[in-house]
Amino acid sequence: MQDHSLSLAKPSEGLLSQKIGASLIAAAILCAIIAAFGQGETQSVLFFGLIIVFSVAGGMIFSIPYFKEIPGIKNNGIMHSPATNRGGIAWGIGILMTGFYIILYWFPNYLEGLIRAMDPLSIILRNKASDQWFLYGTLYTLAVIIMGIRFIGKYRSNRYQVLRTLSVMFFQLGFAFLIPAFLLKLNQPEFYFSYFWPLKYSYLFPNDIDYLIQSGNIGVFMVFWGLVMTFIATPILTYNYGKRWYCSWVCGCGALAETLGDPYRQNSNKSLQAWKVERWMVHSVLVFVVLTTALLWLNSWKNGTILGDASGLFSQCYGFLIGSVFSGVIGTGFYPIMGSRIWCRFGCPMAAILGLFQRFKSKFRITTNGGQCISCGNCSTYCEMGIDVRAYAQKGENIIRASCVGCGICSAVCPRGVLNLENLAEEGRFESYKRQ
Amino acid sequence: MNIIIIGNGITGITCARNIRKKNSDATITVISEESKHFYSRTALMYIYMGHMKYENTKPYEDWFWSKNRINLIQATVNHLNTEDKSIQLDDERILNYDKLVLATGSISNKFGFPGEDLNGVQALYNLQDLQKMEKNTSNISSAVIVGGGLIGVEMAEMLHSRNISVTMLIRENAYWANALPQEEAQLIGNHLQKHGIKLKFNTELKEIRTIDQLSVHSIVTQQDETIYCQFLGITTGVKPNINFLKNSGIDIEKGIVVNEFLETNIPDIFAAGDCAQFRFIKTGEAPIEQLWYTGKMQGETLANTICGNKTTYDRGIWFNSAKFFDLEFQTYGKVLPEITHEQESFYWEHENGKISFRANYNRSDRSIIGFNFIGIRFRQVIAEHWIREQKQIEYVIDNLKQGWFDPEFSDSHYKKIAKSFNDNLIN
Ligand SMILES: Cc1cc2nc3c(=O)[nH]c(=O)nc-3n(C[C@H](O)[C@H](O)[C@H](O)COP(=O)(O)OP(=O)(O)OC[C@H]3O[C@@H](n4cnc5c(N)ncnc54)[C@H](O)[C@@H]3O)c2cc1C
Ligand code: SF4
Ligand code: SF4
Repeated sequence: MQDHSLSLAKPSEGLLSQKIGASLIAAAILCAIIAAFGQGETQSVLFFGLIIVFSVAGGMIFSIPYFKEIPGIKNNGIMHSPATNRGGIAWGIGILMTGFYIILYWFPNYLEGLIRAMDPLSIILRNKASDQWFLYGTLYTLAVIIMGIRFIGKYRSNRYQVLRTLSVMFFQLGFAFLIPAFLLKLNQPEFYFSYFWPLKYSYLFPNDIDYLIQSGNIGVFMVFWGLVMTFIATPILTYNYGKRWYCSWVCGCGALAETLGDPYRQNSNKSLQAWKVERWMVHSVLVFVVLTTALLWLNSWKNGTILGDASGLFSQCYGFLIGSVFSGVIGTGFYPIMGSRIWCRFGCPMAAILGLFQRFKSKFRITTNGGQCISCGNCSTYCEMGIDVRAYAQKGENIIRASCVGCGICSAVCPRGVLNLENLAEEGRFESYKRQ
Repeated sequence: MNIIIIGNGITGITCARNIRKKNSDATITVISEESKHFYSRTALMYIYMGHMKYENTKPYEDWFWSKNRINLIQATVNHLNTEDKSIQLDDERILNYDKLVLATGSISNKFGFPGEDLNGVQALYNLQDLQKMEKNTSNISSAVIVGGGLIGVEMAEMLHSRNISVTMLIRENAYWANALPQEEAQLIGNHLQKHGIKLKFNTELKEIRTIDQLSVHSIVTQQDETIYCQFLGITTGVKPNINFLKNSGIDIEKGIVVNEFLETNIPDIFAAGDCAQFRFIKTGEAPIEQLWYTGKMQGETLANTICGNKTTYDRGIWFNSAKFFDLEFQTYGKVLPEITHEQESFYWEHENGKISFRANYNRSDRSIIGFNFIGIRFRQVIAEHWIREQKQIEYVIDNLKQGWFDPEFSDSHYKKIAKSFNDNLIN
């Protein structure tokens, strides 16, 4: 009499593809481990093939249920699942990722087999054997693409989400992976056209600039590109569109945070205390990198006579503390526990500069629609930057915060259509809604 | 000045905050039985569905209250003594007040059906109900919901998220038909059905059945159809929560009777939010407003009055919003289920059956009365402005873009709407 089949059919269907998908991804990880132990060296083509095929197929199959659902964003069960709610699985994944970064950065010899397994691709793309950074780049790009597909499935009812995700996937694959590889193949400097100082801090360090200029016309263009992007394009674009043009549409760190990190976005800390810590930290890093850069230039101008090796030490410290430990190990390894944008929020000097523009001189804001907010908290919960969006929305105020990366998720998950990312006139952007 | 507020919902808390903003000396105490801290009742469904934890539904961090010197007491007020201006709590404590605000909200309607108290039968209003629902729905596969309103559809979505099959009994001939025009009601009904919700229109509950005398086993409709279920949600509306005031001398009808300043018949006692009933109302307005927005506005108005700036409560131009599974709904101005003789209505629906637009206007001067949007976000300031200024429908249709609030890169439906409107005019 009662038709239960409807309710039972759906979850098992969903579960099946998720089981298969997860199994395939596990198989890919297993292959990677076997490869790392040495097999990758002797049978590189086989292992390369297995890792790629298993992970891509697994990711695709895992994402099928998202595409089958009626379009609409569903965060069902996120706070119940130990994988997304800082449970055992989350800690496991966190330790795994952190450990992987530590090994990759400081003990790459343990990964020798896995690095060798990337040789077939490395030789095709770069005409040169793989190294730890090529391995990293490959896995990174894979993660962005696979999890990007999942993201598009989940958020496909919202075109802003789909387009910006396609954009970060494109920039990661093209600008941060393929183009630098081809440049190497053509015996040109390996250059990332989608990263600029101060995120890619060395691009304005005297050594890098000297090296680029010496490598010919292309190198000169690269220096020119870096300068234009940092000092001209960045202010103009940020004035018009907010920092999102970079953080949510171009940047590779953002790309990983938005795709691989999406299941963890709710774990960012929303407290006022966290906001205070954030402001201190991110601006300190900015000061640190500006100082480092200035010292290096001073030193190179005076031919090392005043500072001796001190500025070099400074830049090494920066590279180790900020470049490796913060942006890599903590920034990604801690996703499952602290949310997906730890680095972007607490550490990225690029985000700090863009944020200052956004806060003080930009047309971008998130507009609040009158008095429609029901204070439910979905927006704050799913803001990866830990912004208490609701605090503004329930007062009818626009959200103008330095840290907002314009991901648009707060607007997408709001059940009352209260929030909208807009580029409007600068005047009146701080005005709030008053009922007449 | 010693102010006591009973109820820490949106009304009581908005009032408390706004009093503190205007008066830094007053002693403010908020007493509430449901929870120590203010949380967002409208987010109950999201806790159940796992979108948020209870913590996430609190609009203010816990330190906020002591910082703003708002004392919180979690207790039930059992008795009010208007003579010596005191209240009594369930732990026998007696507290005195100079001014008392009643913001006690609602309780769910019950109809005295036999079987209403069986396990598995419940309503949804507060955190305790949510806990009960968690228990009542673990490991079950089928549920029935009585009542086709806003809380009913939220309950349906909640159960659906746990893969429990849902049948809704709806008294009217379409979903929420006492508030929505036919087209919108139908569109939403179709959407619910696409999600697998079974809708039984023109159907009322006749009987709740049990086998073991403990929990619900099935229900019988007035058409004598039996539907087996392990859970029965009763979502047939709410009524003011005023039981403890019965013999206090306060004027009570359905709710606590108040004037336009939210004053009761007894000096220094005020009521606002879901529990208040206005003595005089303008035509078209409801005497009891059971909404988040109205609670907030009443709380704010009342804070003015209590702080010495006597202020009339003004509902302003009506607005509301809701979400039915994936469909967002916004309404501005008074759009009735059926238009009157003086009115005309323009309705547009997207081919995908998920997006619609309605504008009602006066036949004589073509001035705009109100809007319904489904699957479209629209700016409240613009809608209000147009309604207040009595803009003509032609102007409104031509300028819809001004109020468009859909995320960037969304389709510009306003072009299609304008085209459809103009085509209609020609025909
Ligand atoms: C599931 C659900 C979804 C909703 N969604 C929406 C929506 O989307 N939009 C919308 O506009 N409205 C919505 N509403 C309605 C809205 O939540 C209410 O109108 C609003 O919360 C009422 O606020 P209030 O402060 O007047 O009362 P309440 O929030 O009910 O607060 C009253 C408090 O007083 C306490 N109390 C009562 N009596 C006593 C006593 N004797 N002693 C001590 N404490 C006492 C109660 O425990 C309660 O916590 C929804 C309601 C529910 C149940
Ligand atoms: S999600 Fe929307 S309704 Fe909920 S608190 Fe945020 S702005 Fe308000
Ligand atoms: S405020 Fe909204 S758009 Fe900005 S970072 Fe947070 S969720 Fe993204």
